[in-house]
Amino acid sequence: MTVTAEPRRPDDATLADELADTRSVYIHIPFCRRRCPYCDFAVVAAGESRISHRTYVDAVLQDMRSEAPWFAISAINFGGGTPSAVEPGLIAELIRRVRDIADVTTGAEISLEANPEDWTEEFGEALRGAGVNRITFGVQSLDPTILGSLGRTHDATAAIQAISGARHLGFSVGADLIFGTPAESLQSWRATAETTLSAGIDHLSAYGLTVERGTALSREVAAGGPAPDQDDQADKYELTQLLAAQAGLVQYEVSNYARPGHHCIYNLSTWAQGEYLGFGVGAHGHRDAMRYRNVRRIEKYVELVTDGKRPWAGTERSEHHDYRIERLFLGLRRMAGVAVDETVVRFLATSDGQRYLGAGLVEVINERLVVTTPLLTDTVARSVLSLSPDDC
Amino acid sequence: MTDPSRIRNFSIIAHIDHGKSTLADRLLERTGAITAREMRDQVLDTMDIERERGITIKANAVRIEFVAADGHTYQLNLIDTPGHVDFSYEVSRSLEACEGALLLVDASQGIEAQTLANAYLAIENGLEIIPVLNKIDLPAAEPERVSREMVGVLGGTVDDVIQVSAKTGDGVGELLQAIVDRLPVPHGDRNAPFRAMVFDSYYDTYRGVVSYIRVVDGRVKVHEPVEFMRTGHRVEADDLGIMTPSQVSRKTLAAGDVGYLVTGTKEIEQIRVGDTVTSSVNPASEPLPGYEEPKPMVFSGLFPTDGDDFERLREALDKLRLNDSSLQYVAETSRALGFGFRVGFLGLLHMEIVRERLEREYDLDLVATAPSVEYRAGLTDGTIVEVRSPQDLPPTGKLAYIEEPFVKVMIITPKEFVGVVMELVQQRRGEMGDMTYLTEDRVEIHYTVPLSEIVFDFFDQLKSATRGYASLDYEPNEYRKSDLVRVDILLNNVSVDAFSSIVHRDRAYRYGKAMSERLRKLIPRQLFDVPIQAAIGSRIIARETIKARRKDVTAKCYGGDITRKKKLLAKQKEGKKKMKMVGQVEVPPEAFVAALRIDE
Repeated sequence: MTVTAEPRRPDDATLADELADTRSVYIHIPFCRRRCPYCDFAVVAAGESRISHRTYVDAVLQDMRSEAPWFAISAINFGGGTPSAVEPGLIAELIRRVRDIADVTTGAEISLEANPEDWTEEFGEALRGAGVNRITFGVQSLDPTILGSLGRTHDATAAIQAISGARHLGFSVGADLIFGTPAESLQSWRATAETTLSAGIDHLSAYGLTVERGTALSREVAAGGPAPDQDDQADKYELTQLLAAQAGLVQYEVSNYARPGHHCIYNLSTWAQGEYLGFGVGAHGHRDAMRYRNVRRIEKYVELVTDGKRPWAGTERSEHHDYRIERLFLGLRRMAGVAVDETVVRFLATSDGQRYLGAGLVEVINERLVVTTPLLTDTVARSVLSLSPDDC
Repeated sequence: MTDPSRIRNFSIIAHIDHGKSTLADRLLERTGAITAREMRDQVLDTMDIERERGITIKANAVRIEFVAADGHTYQLNLIDTPGHVDFSYEVSRSLEACEGALLLVDASQGIEAQTLANAYLAIENGLEIIPVLNKIDLPAAEPERVSREMVGVLGGTVDDVIQVSAKTGDGVGELLQAIVDRLPVPHGDRNAPFRAMVFDSYYDTYRGVVSYIRVVDGRVKVHEPVEFMRTGHRVEADDLGIMTPSQVSRKTLAAGDVGYLVTGTKEIEQIRVGDTVTSSVNPASEPLPGYEEPKPMVFSGLFPTDGDDFERLREALDKLRLNDSSLQYVAETSRALGFGFRVGFLGLLHMEIVRERLEREYDLDLVATAPSVEYRAGLTDGTIVEVRSPQDLPPTGKLAYIEEPFVKVMIITPKEFVGVVMELVQQRRGEMGDMTYLTEDRVEIHYTVPLSEIVFDFFDQLKSATRGYASLDYEPNEYRKSDLVRVDILLNNVSVDAFSSIVHRDRAYRYGKAMSERLRKLIPRQLFDVPIQAAIGSRIIARETIKARRKDVTAKCYGGDITRKKKLLAKQKEGKKKMKMVGQVEVPPEAFVAALRIDE
């Protein structure tokens, strides 16, 4: 008789903590057809640079070679930009290079973000051949008006077809959605969430539209255009929690839901202060108590790497007091919360801590501190960050 | 030592923006008091706040030397004075140190109410006035009209008016010569016992109190023992000298001279501005006249955001008071804000400046409460109580009547705005007095108005109603009975003393509603619904609700967002630190002065 272990729930506390010891690799593919009005990632839209995909990937490959050897990689994550905008062959080369510099564990998560309109069966086959086992589609919405205002070029049909096509090929399939665009009604959001969930996704990231500095959206809002509304986003957030639960997805972080066994290892690892190497423009890394970020401009990146230099734009040490505080402010975003330690005890003794306990905003359950209302996590995070080094 | 006949002491009376600091700069440049290398704009305005706001708050003094037409070198002491109505006490002190004043008027604007009030003050003090028209280079300048206006007020003839451009330097030489020719030689007796007036002072960390003095009689030598007559403080003159504008030591200062005196005094209460300093060996029999306790017009509570800073706030106020004898304060306790001080100010600008200096120069985080004037409450048992803070108002049962201070207001306006000015003052419960035409198109109007109606935002409203043309001056008048009530504000069902305000009964309902609305907008959403109510006694007159906060989280926080997000939260945390906990509610400091910004 064979014993099949139950897949682990994404909000499992042991899982949340043990991923602190895993290592991941993040590779940034900045290329996009166009720049979306809300996006503030390091992006190269068509026509913005003469650097070809090949040249860029060569630079990333070279940068990887200058990284000190690493062992036991549990996740490789391709983000963007639009990773699906480049030839799958280039993705394959990058994965091979990771295997050269490190030991990628059996069953490691190899995931890639894709635009629904880029999906074809051949594309999927090629990715599968390269070792990718997880795809996240940037669906954002299924409402054509909302897609238009978000600057997206796909439609609902392409999104649903991409999801089912990827499922068919055996990928673990996720969708990214954006709620709370000013023109979006509650009905529109309900339709988007319900239809996407019923297409059979294994993972959902649902984000409230955020006005980031320096984006086209922030300029529109500054000029008096409609801005996202707190109450509207809260209503939609609560609806999302309900619909995801009904579809069998378990919430495990402020914006993330997964079917048991389909949590994102890379993300859980970063929330547990795990280490990750970041390659490509604007990528961030965390290794040996140091956090670093790469330059955002593709020309600069290629130039630095070609000169044999690391493409870092800045670094910061993450240790002592800061590190203990960081564990709380990252960990409290998870439904699993954080294990009670001395810092947690000190926090709970502050007037804010007492107030939040009294109001039921935080609770201690099974020796873990959790935020009961994920929508108010930053209220708690600010108080945690206010702890002085003398307090802990 | 300069012969007194070669000394002239003068100040400049001018309205804000009429070019006083620029003219001072030109005079210094012209006489070589400062080199081109040292020259910067507003050279006499040494405080950061003065330079940023383009105003003069503190008096300052500088000695300049000028070779006059007779070939002799004259010592001219310029005592720079503030221009804002709040600082008229500073002006009066400076005027007492002088024999003459330049009345500086912008040739494109004409004479303004405050300038006129200060000119009257100078004339009362027996000063010789030289009318000076500035900005004659401007295309909009109307030298003939404005000269006629000045002569109408001061007497004399149009030929007495000196025309200059402080910007280009035109006419400055002629002005310097006029100072020598027209201003009187300093009065005073060099053979009498030493007497000097302290017209300003400041605190220096290393040297202690530095006083600016005008020697009236006799002379003082370095290391001589001196005495401050009103405080009886006896001490030695460690150092004395002149300002060029930088301080240059001298062995002696004699009658007619303007200079500084350092005595190593650290106790700031010992040296009061307006006091007379004399020799303790051969003292004068009488102090100089003119010393007055300045009277604050506006009172506001100042509380440290961090309760532990209370003592630091006390020390900072003690030090500021040294430079600013008009500052008065007593400790007070607020249920909402803890320990702090009720501070008296000359006016709103003075209040803003003091607060800014406390925060800047003493690194304090402060919460200020809405300013109030001083009311008088008559009780049923016949006693009278001074009410400087709304929470000091006795309960209705004991109250027979309330009186409020009225002021006499002078407004000068072009005649086309007389209608709007009248309407504005009427809304402020003003009573009109007489009206005179300064020229065919400029009018001087007098009113009696409750101080509380004009001290806060009246000046701004007057300016905007008259497109900037009207000007205003006021002086205290008398206390009169008024139908006043206290409007309390309840936050989360608890009355917050710091939000209470005394207002006229006719205005109470509108005020309560506006105040609740304003607080709803200013106080961030909390973890629960927070009701805001306005009440007169136990009667609720307005209600608003701050809905509970529903969303306070960034959507994403992945590997690339951690550093940035940490920085963002750290920045927001600073804003949070400034919040004051009132019961269970986090209140931003701006909320406590919300009453000031209610647009009615």
